[in-house]
Amino acid sequence: MKKLFNISNTLITLLIKLCGLISGISVLLIIIFLFSEASGLFNKPSIDQETVIAISKKNTINDPEAIQIKQIFNREIRNWSALGGKPDSILLFRLDDLILYYPADAVTEVPDTMRARINRLFAQHDNLIGYFPASLMPHEFSGRVLRIPNLNVMDFIRGREWIPDARPVNIYGALPLITGTLWVSLLAILIALPLGLAVAIYMVEIAGRNINRILRPAITLLSGIPSIVYGFFGLVVIVPFIQDQFGLPAGESALAGAILLAIMALPTIISISEQAIRNTPQSMKEASYALGASKWQTIHKVMIPFASRGIIASALLGLARAIGETMAVLMVTGNAAVMPSGFLEPVRTIPAAIAAEMGESTQDGLHVKALFALGCILFVITLLINLSVEYMQPRTKKRMML
Amino acid sequence: MSKLEARDVNLFFGAHQALKNISLQMEKHTVTALIGPSGCGKSTFLRLFNRMNDLHNDMRLSGTILVDNKNIYQRSADVDALRKKVGMVFQKPNPFPKSIFENVAYGLRINGVRNKNYIEERVTRSLQQASLWDDVKDNLNRPALQLSYGQQQRLCIARALAVEPSVLLMDEPTSALDPASASTIEELIYELKIKYTIVVVTHNMQQAARVSDRTAFFYLGELVEYDETKIIFTHPTHQRTQNYVTGRFG
Ligand SMILES: Nc1ncnc2c1ncn2[C@@H]1O[C@H](COP(=O)(O)OP(=O)(O)OP(=O)(O)O)[C@@H](O)[C@H]1O
Ligand SMILES: [Mg+2]
Repeated sequence: MKKLFNISNTLITLLIKLCGLISGISVLLIIIFLFSEASGLFNKPSIDQETVIAISKKNTINDPEAIQIKQIFNREIRNWSALGGKPDSILLFRLDDLILYYPADAVTEVPDTMRARINRLFAQHDNLIGYFPASLMPHEFSGRVLRIPNLNVMDFIRGREWIPDARPVNIYGALPLITGTLWVSLLAILIALPLGLAVAIYMVEIAGRNINRILRPAITLLSGIPSIVYGFFGLVVIVPFIQDQFGLPAGESALAGAILLAIMALPTIISISEQAIRNTPQSMKEASYALGASKWQTIHKVMIPFASRGIIASALLGLARAIGETMAVLMVTGNAAVMPSGFLEPVRTIPAAIAAEMGESTQDGLHVKALFALGCILFVITLLINLSVEYMQPRTKKRMML
Repeated sequence: MSKLEARDVNLFFGAHQALKNISLQMEKHTVTALIGPSGCGKSTFLRLFNRMNDLHNDMRLSGTILVDNKNIYQRSADVDALRKKVGMVFQKPNPFPKSIFENVAYGLRINGVRNKNYIEERVTRSLQQASLWDDVKDNLNRPALQLSYGQQQRLCIARALAVEPSVLLMDEPTSALDPASASTIEELIYELKIKYTIVVVTHNMQQAARVSDRTAFFYLGELVEYDETKIIFTHPTHQRTQNYVTGRFG
């Protein structure tokens, strides 16, 4: 009997160890997968392999940056002198445009004719820049094929424009998304922390046992509501409210996202900071009262300082939740991937970008890799936050033991 | 006129009666010791005089408590002002997790004192009074929690003295300390008597005999005997008192 018990005991221990091992390995694998997918963005030029960008052989400019190519085709750069070439206006040629005028098969069915025409074009016009499919590359090409430099990590993080569907080169600058994420999340914490702290203080020092008995489950309930429901609520209540209050053409904005995230972060902030405040030893409070301090002075000068680490940890955890939140934010922020210039402007956050763009990008294209790279950034941000929470926690415990 | 007085005090925690019909007067500039077995209501009685029992919301009280002949439980009484007048030192040293200086300055700051020179002067003076000054004068910005237990307790005394109270309530101030630190505090109590009225709860009979002028013996919420310390320890009226002070029970 005892033997049997022992065997089952070792078996269970083994099983638990195995489960731990498996989950540990899978987490590791996911992280490795995430980063290896993302790295694909940085070892290829941000142009799809099938497209060639070319200029005339007589044009002496160096290979331009991806962003400059985009500006050329957007007519933001109109003269070669801007790129260090001879002053001459830039002439554009997009093969895509042809498809607008001819049936698709007419363009592709006679590749040899097309090749000849392309060759002639680049021979005739010194100021021409154009792109066409690699399959239509003439045999003895009269033009010069431009090499698009690889995207590097810093450019990705610092790039101020996010235009994954720009032609001929895709523009992946994550800064607007990073900024959007941080703006919305930080503003959310700015709103939620004072509110949450107030509620926590109320629960510890003012509310009686009966009120707490109702309040606590209510707060738990708040954290159990699916985020899509919050999003819907935001769309129907917060967005129109902001639209009316500020007289905006559309209420979808960073502020709407922040308010929504603040509501979603409240339960975390309330429950953790309530615990921290409640942990203030009775002897500390009595010491303060015995010196003639009022209740508010005691809260402000003794309890909050004592709980400060826990309060900061609560804000960080709230922030961690806010940063990763996707659907709700996607629904109310207006989802514009541009550098935000005010809290009433629409923004796009990293998770919202991933969710919204995953569907429209091809499986093995650069766009997907760029989304993975965004995922990595998000991962690093949350990791940093969680590490700082870790850093906060143990000390709180140590102090509590005193 | 007595400094502190209790008249017909009954006190309940919920259904439990912690103090039964207690009347007692304490004179200015004396040390009164409260003794008695554990749970007999010494702390509860002590905490009546700075209304610290108010922190428990199931407390009920009848009778009158007078400080300087004023009923401190009447509706118009200012509790915060009372607590500035009646300082308290607890059983376990409980300095704030702040610097030594900030601990002592705390009472002044919450009173809205801004004058830096005045605060520094009061901190220095209070630390001197609590005979802690020589130990800490080199660095007042050290965290208070780095001090030894005995030093922490003297810091708590200094903290109480900084707001210039006239009464000092001490609830077993030496029970958490080593003998050497305890005797430092005892000497301190003896010195402070000149300026303050002191009430001290203690389980240590020798200590009660050494520091106090009068002693009150509590038993199960009742005041059994209250008299000059000498008499309590040599010729008490009640057999119970006799038994307790000679260590035969308790
Ligand atoms: N907040 C409270 N709620 C309910 N009962 C209490 C409370 N505080 C004290 N009591 C009870 O009142 C009685 C007196 O307690 P008190 O702390 O005054 O005793 P004490 O004489 O100081 O004992 P000790 O020597 O152990 O400190 C005890 O029976 C105690 O259980
Ligand atoms: Mg006690």
